Amino acid sequence: MTAAAAAPVDAAVPIEVRGLVKRYGALTAVAGVDLTVDAGDVYGYLGPNGAGKTTSLRMMLGLIRPTEGTVRLFGRDPMQSVQALEGVAGFVEAPAFYPYLSAQRNLELLAAFDGGGARGRIERALSTVELTGRAFDKVGGYSHGMRQRLGIAAALLREPKLMLLDEPATGLDPGGMRDMRLLITRLAQEGMTVLLSSHLLAEVEELCNRVAIVRSGSIVYEGEISALKRGAGTFYRLRTTDDARALAVCVAQAGVIDVRRARGHLEFTADEPAVALLSQALIESGVLIAELAPQTVTLEDLFFSLTEGDGALAVPAADRAAQAASQLVGPE
Amino acid sequence: MLRWELFKLRHQKRTYLGLGASILVPVLFVIAVHLRRSHERGGGFAFSDYVDKSGLAIPLVILLFGAIWLFPLIAALVAGDIFASEDHNGTLKTVLTRSLERWQVFAGKSLAAGTYAVVAILLCGTVGVVAGSLQSGFNPLQSLSGTIVSAPRATELVYFSLLIYLIPIAAIVCIGLLLSTVTHNSAAAVVGTLMASLVFQLLGILPGLGGLQPYLLSTQFNAWQGLLRTPIDWTPIIRAVWICGIYGFVSIFTAFVVFIRRDVAGG
Repeated sequence: MTAAAAAPVDAAVPIEVRGLVKRYGALTAVAGVDLTVDAGDVYGYLGPNGAGKTTSLRMMLGLIRPTEGTVRLFGRDPMQSVQALEGVAGFVEAPAFYPYLSAQRNLELLAAFDGGGARGRIERALSTVELTGRAFDKVGGYSHGMRQRLGIAAALLREPKLMLLDEPATGLDPGGMRDMRLLITRLAQEGMTVLLSSHLLAEVEELCNRVAIVRSGSIVYEGEISALKRGAGTFYRLRTTDDARALAVCVAQAGVIDVRRARGHLEFTADEPAVALLSQALIESGVLIAELAPQTVTLEDLFFSLTEGDGALAVPAADRAAQAASQLVGPE
Repeated sequence: MLRWELFKLRHQKRTYLGLGASILVPVLFVIAVHLRRSHERGGGFAFSDYVDKSGLAIPLVILLFGAIWLFPLIAALVAGDIFASEDHNGTLKTVLTRSLERWQVFAGKSLAAGTYAVVAILLCGTVGVVAGSLQSGFNPLQSLSGTIVSAPRATELVYFSLLIYLIPIAAIVCIGLLLSTVTHNSAAAVVGTLMASLVFQLLGILPGLGGLQPYLLSTQFNAWQGLLRTPIDWTPIIRAVWICGIYGFVSIFTAFVVFIRRDVAGG
């Protein structure tokens, strides 16, 4: 066994991915992903369908061999030995079980593969996901939501310190989604590190402290959600008696950026002093203000800006203001 | 791992389909022997003249005819399915993210497919011995050299024949495992294994390919007949060991490499 396969679980970073690439012929599914998930993080891995999230997760779990780059789980390489998955559990895409066996039998089988005291944890795991009453029913008759919950139960058998969950709430009804969120919150509160791949932005915003946003196989943002939102600044909604004149005033006003027309109002980004000056300029221009209210940038706004737009929203507001000012001044 | 693979096999219908055929075929054969009219007796194949004189000839006749497709199909039912069904159910990723190395998963599944084939062949032989003895009596058997062998000794020879028969069956199992690993598709792997067996049969009867005959997998299904000669003819048995060894080793080694290196991108 190499040193990379034998590192102690407690000492190392739960997930460390460097330069991860996966190519299928001419198609690059994952294009140089770098990310670090620290102990205690609930880390959102966000991206539209086909962005390479699941492929990345499969490489992290040793199911797919990377074309380039390295994955370390608690300092160990999952491609070298399955021992790298000690303390790690989770599922990619929908969790899958033998449909002709009961949930109990499926878990017994997986516990036998895990060894140790996994078998003794079956009852508690089933109870945690509220499947005790259906434990002896064949999994073939389970709903999608029940299988998702059974997937969590199967993961809990390993007493993981790191859980990798791929779209755990997909296909669940609103109640199931709420239960899944509560479960993940509880696991995180108990000290588990969670990597949550999802495209449910509200879920990620509620659960995660850090995110990586993936676009076409590459990470376009990696860091804390709060920093991302702080960097984006606050945008304002402005309704006036003369939006056309107001637009001209806004564009000319220093510190006011990203000015755009919306349905029946204007939107722009600025800090508070700039907004105060803008309101004075509007009145001096004879434009009366009907509404001037700050709006919170949601993760969804940032996500679409990063994955579909030019990513402007995710550029710190100060940088954008400086950029806009230089454009107003023009070349010397 | 082997224990749990056998546990899974015990809960799958296809297992009982194969084992059911292993029981049903000798029973049906004995019923056919019982019902046929006297002028239909004899068939021109090994032991065909003896099925009415000794029940111990019945399992041997079944071995003779079962080589064409019956036993390859029974073996392929599980060998062709055992990896592909994991892809179909999506459970390969579940298994491979537990605390088992890939080689352990491969070994467990291969041994389970082999165990099933052994059980199927021995079950078929045993049912043939019992049903045949009920029909034609537990009588001495005339060997292929014309000597008379006592019933207990003939019983021993029947079971040794079954063991020799397992040599080409093991090669078929390895081919099934290879196709199961490569195709990820249960039906394709089962049918492919059966087709491979039939192609060997076809090559054996094509004119001009007589030189190939000793090296065909299909030929090795007759190796057990060496035991039924006096003295025992070991030549076809030894040849079966190394020829089936080559077919089997190449197949299972390729399957192993494919399984160890494959990306589990689906399932």
